[in-house]
Amino acid sequence: MTTTPRRPRTRLFELRGDIPRRVYAGAGVAFIALFLAAWLLLTELQVVSPIFLPPLRAVGEELIIQAQEGILWQDVGASVYRITVGWLLATALALPIGILMGNFRFFEGLFEPFVDLVRYMPAVAFVPLTILWLGVGDTQKFAIIFIGTFFQEVLMIMDNVKNVPRDMIQVSYTFGMSKWEILWHVVLRAALPGIWDTFRITIGWAWTYLVVAELVAANVGLGYRIMRAQRFLETDKIILGILVIGVLGLLTDYFFKATYNRLFPWMQETR
Amino acid sequence: MTAMTATTQMTQTAKLQVNDVWKTFTPKKGQAVDALQDLSLTVNANEFVSLVGPSGCGKSTLLMMAAGLEPISEGRILIDGREIDGPGPDRGMVFQSYTLFPWLTVEDNIRFALKKSGLGRTQQDELVTDHIRLVGLEGFERSHPNQLSGGMRQRVAIARALVYRPEMLLMDEPFGALDAQTRMLMQELLLQVWQAERTTVLFVTHDVEEAILLSDRIYVMTARPGRIKAEIAIDLPRPRSLLETESDVRFAELRRQVLTLIREEARRAMR
Repeated sequence: MTTTPRRPRTRLFELRGDIPRRVYAGAGVAFIALFLAAWLLLTELQVVSPIFLPPLRAVGEELIIQAQEGILWQDVGASVYRITVGWLLATALALPIGILMGNFRFFEGLFEPFVDLVRYMPAVAFVPLTILWLGVGDTQKFAIIFIGTFFQEVLMIMDNVKNVPRDMIQVSYTFGMSKWEILWHVVLRAALPGIWDTFRITIGWAWTYLVVAELVAANVGLGYRIMRAQRFLETDKIILGILVIGVLGLLTDYFFKATYNRLFPWMQETR
Repeated sequence: MTAMTATTQMTQTAKLQVNDVWKTFTPKKGQAVDALQDLSLTVNANEFVSLVGPSGCGKSTLLMMAAGLEPISEGRILIDGREIDGPGPDRGMVFQSYTLFPWLTVEDNIRFALKKSGLGRTQQDELVTDHIRLVGLEGFERSHPNQLSGGMRQRVAIARALVYRPEMLLMDEPFGALDAQTRMLMQELLLQVWQAERTTVLFVTHDVEEAILLSDRIYVMTARPGRIKAEIAIDLPRPRSLLETESDVRFAELRRQVLTLIREEARRAMR
């Protein structure tokens, strides 16, 4: 009687089960390929009118034209600049205020009602006001991105700080450290990975507020290009703009994920 | 047994004195509740004392008050005759939860406790090496907490609490989160460490066997509001070892005695 050793079979659909890395990565690529294939099929067979969905080819051609003429680089440059400055302003303010709110009940009580009030106000609605207050230059664009991100970011940073275990703070007191030393050496150090993740998420929101910021009173930028193309129903330009924003958003996300792994290798080994 | 207690008290000086201490919690709504009522106890120098009692009796609260991390409603807590005023490096603390700093290696976690010691680098290195050896973690100096098992992490926490030579050690169910086997090994380790160092210890646990194995004396607390119900001298010979001591007939008698007292209180608490 011989028993044939049963080969361990990888099952794809186990609850929370692990699957080979190849399959995991391959599936993601395949899905994007499938999406593009569907697009290609729908447009090339002229199932849908090019006004609703331009052929993939047209978007590609538009990309080449804009790249050659330099419009693309101008737009990307202007938009990246606005996002960077707008987000840095929001972060420069959200960081200290969020840290104060997370550590001291007084500052939480002082700021939270106001922040909660403003964060439910739609950033788009501030466009006319910001033009009135700040004019039509880049400052107004920074302001819209700031309004869109700051009020969420400050609360997220407060939470990052509050998530530092209380016992970790208390044990530090028993080493004879002062509260300021603990704040610097323990609380901030422990909250940093969470704060870094908040940066990653909020800069993503900054990208979504870009179009809002470039909605009116802009003459360069990815959002502006989309809004202008809308006027002439140039769907290929609209889609190109959207795709470029998507890719740039993905790149910033990747940047923060990669630096996270470099900065906090001790977080990776968890589990 | 009584004779022995008498001599202990005559020859030894009080390290920690808890005098008529009350703890009252006032919830936002409703009436004030007494967590501790008029509680007094003494831990003599170089003595290992445990505090046992039914859950919710306030034993951990008392420990936190002794650490200076929880305000005292009434009464006084003295260390070496001086009234305590907040947390300080004269009392080392080990918590049940993991309080290691995940961004620091094992040796840097231990060294962190020496930040305020004013010792030079070489002296610090020596102390760190000694204490890593004391808890048997040679070879793991450069590991991060996330790479260690639960038992190893608590060993680092114990080393870290001992390294700055506190007057005494306060331990709040340090092995409470560990599995049964690890717990047993940790009890043996603590027994060895204590027999070598003779640091004064106040140890909170709900594990009666653990308390008897380790302690010179045990205080049994009543159900909430917590008071001292009984004080039992553990007249088992030292040096002890887990296997030898726990198979002693006297161990079984003491166990029965303590368990009976706790069961009475636990029953009362359930009503």
